[in-house]
Amino acid sequence: MEKASKQHIIADLKKQILGMQGYGTLSIEDDVFPQLKLLAKAFPNQHFPLTGIHEFIANETEDAAASTGFINAILSALMQTGGPSIWISATRNVFPPAMQRFALQPDQIIFIDLKNHKEILWVLEEALKCENLSAVVAEIPELSFSQSRRLQLVIEKSKVPAFIIRHQPQQLNNTTCLARWQIKHLPSILPDGMPGVGQPSWSVELLKVRNAQPSSFKLSWNGTCFQNFEQQTEVLQTFRKLQAS
Amino acid sequence: MGKRFVSIWFPFLLTDWLGIRRPALKEVACVFTAAVKGRIIITACNALASKQGIQIGMVLADARALVHELEAFDDKPNRNAKLLQGLAEWCIRYTPFVSIDLPDGILLDASGCTHLWDTEAHYLAQISKRLKELGYTNKPAIADTIGTSWAVSRFSTQEFVVAQKRQYYALLSLPPAALRLEQSILDRLNKLGLQKIERFIQMPRSVLRRRFGENLLHRIGQAMGDVPEVFNPIVVVPEYEERLPCLEPIKTATAIEIAIKKLLEQLCSLLKKEGLGLRSAELKGFRIDGKIIRTSIGTNQSNNDVQHLFKLFALNIDKLAPGLGVELFVLTANKVEPVIQAQDKLWITQSDLQSPALSALLDRVAGKVGLAAIRRFLPQAQYWPERAIKKTAALSENSNLPWHNPLGRPIHLLHQPENIQVTAPIPDYPPLIFIYKGKKHNIKKADGPERLERSWWLEDGEHRDYYIVEDDDGCRYWLFRAGHYSAENSRWFIHGFFA
Repeated sequence: MEKASKQHIIADLKKQILGMQGYGTLSIEDDVFPQLKLLAKAFPNQHFPLTGIHEFIANETEDAAASTGFINAILSALMQTGGPSIWISATRNVFPPAMQRFALQPDQIIFIDLKNHKEILWVLEEALKCENLSAVVAEIPELSFSQSRRLQLVIEKSKVPAFIIRHQPQQLNNTTCLARWQIKHLPSILPDGMPGVGQPSWSVELLKVRNAQPSSFKLSWNGTCFQNFEQQTEVLQTFRKLQAS
Repeated sequence: MGKRFVSIWFPFLLTDWLGIRRPALKEVACVFTAAVKGRIIITACNALASKQGIQIGMVLADARALVHELEAFDDKPNRNAKLLQGLAEWCIRYTPFVSIDLPDGILLDASGCTHLWDTEAHYLAQISKRLKELGYTNKPAIADTIGTSWAVSRFSTQEFVVAQKRQYYALLSLPPAALRLEQSILDRLNKLGLQKIERFIQMPRSVLRRRFGENLLHRIGQAMGDVPEVFNPIVVVPEYEERLPCLEPIKTATAIEIAIKKLLEQLCSLLKKEGLGLRSAELKGFRIDGKIIRTSIGTNQSNNDVQHLFKLFALNIDKLAPGLGVELFVLTANKVEPVIQAQDKLWITQSDLQSPALSALLDRVAGKVGLAAIRRFLPQAQYWPERAIKKTAALSENSNLPWHNPLGRPIHLLHQPENIQVTAPIPDYPPLIFIYKGKKHNIKKADGPERLERSWWLEDGEHRDYYIVEDDDGCRYWLFRAGHYSAENSRWFIHGFFA
């Protein structure tokens, strides 16, 4: 009895600490983004955190495209309730028509194309101050610890999450990011004998998560929401069995 | 291109003005008078009076003897200058440079403006017609120099358009008064029987100088275009302008900030009263060393919020060099528009691109890095990938077109398709292997081809056969072959990466 109450108190305290760290009161917000449930499992309290920076490491050009797609999928969940988003980059090669594949309206995204690293950081900080946005995405290879802390302070006020794609960073320094992601492609699965390419599938690696253990999982996108990669295989296997019988 | 000047003469400026205000007076002879040396002298008369033999400079009593029922009005000094100023400002629609030519004309620098009205003759006719509609009798003329256009407008009877470099021939038949000379010189010329310019214009300069003085040569030179003539264009005071003189020259950033805030408060309170907002504004600082420092801002939506506009100016304060100090600040609103009163919404809709907070953010970004950096994309009715989207800067613009074919388009599109080497043994099948940037990719799965033709009405070139391919790592690429398949020299390109 006493032990149970102790655990209860500890769990309560943990929740309070998490709340102070920007994870919010969880029980209410838990179902705000049901589309992100699969991702939320890897985070403390089963809740996808939005008050901070999500950092995506892409060492190859292909990984950058995978990260872009993955972020688009997250954005589509966030933008269903929120306002428009801003996409800041130096060498923008995102092709807006393809965003629709991730249930995103491309005309709801404002692109800001800049040359200078300093300008990108300035615009990023200014954009994060605007509470009407649902998210800000930036493509910058380098982000120092102090720069990220500055952004974190802005985000804590405005509650607008930042997604940063770091394409071929020179070094993986410490930042104040909530999570450091690495998205890689997975060969898509198709029923036997079917021609063509399947749905986008990724192996998602969480290299760093604040207040939780790093993890990795496999996901695919079915056009409206995330799906377990394995689940997709299972469905196919049962389909094949049914076909055989 | 040479300069072209228009001179417009108003022979009955004051009486025309009176006729506009009191139409009944158009039907009777009327004059303006002023007391000079104890006599009442006529200073202006209307067309009817002048037809009956009344001249400017006559004594009123003599005129009354000529015309019995003559209406006389008191003239006010500088009334003609005021009228001309008004007419000059009205003429700004025909050229940006208009100057007053006292006592009874205005000058227009029409260089590079006339072609907008097709020909110079049409340009003049248009101006003349509009002025006549206003009620002013006028005679315009156009020439290469101010002097010639002045002369032709007042003294010529047939041609009013003097072609380029023909001012000499235009002047020949005119009287010497057309050269804008003093009365004493005119009298002397008259005495010597030189009643037309052609009689003396060919005389040696030294002779003319000895007999008539330097001024005659100067005026001839001005009319011919050999001697430059100063053209003083009027400055139209902008409708929305605020000035802030400083007691002492200021040079600190804080002081400049205070100045900007004050000016903005004044300007915005004026704009608010009229329901207007700023779209672009310019701040000028007049330094004590005579230089002018300036900075300007623009907004995405018309705005009259002092705080927001100040933030836009604040981005540029560090670029203003006050030098020894600034003594006068002038804030001009170059473009104003009715402000859209934002109605408070009960809830924010999903597509809230018009929210004031967002446009404030974009204004700040545009102020710092330029408006060109901000873009939104809308679909365009084109299949060719490079033309599938169009840029728009406006937040309110929307397209009725749907975004087409999202499945077959890559999330990253290369700005320029890049060359790849492929092994493609079977016609109209995707390649088996391709090499991009030195790396070999074995293709496991593929979709395609999707043939896209160029828009023939825009450009020539080969069509493209696009394939979506997936290599053994699961990475996906968008490849295409330019033109038809041939075993040896098909050219293959990579154009994008899928997520």
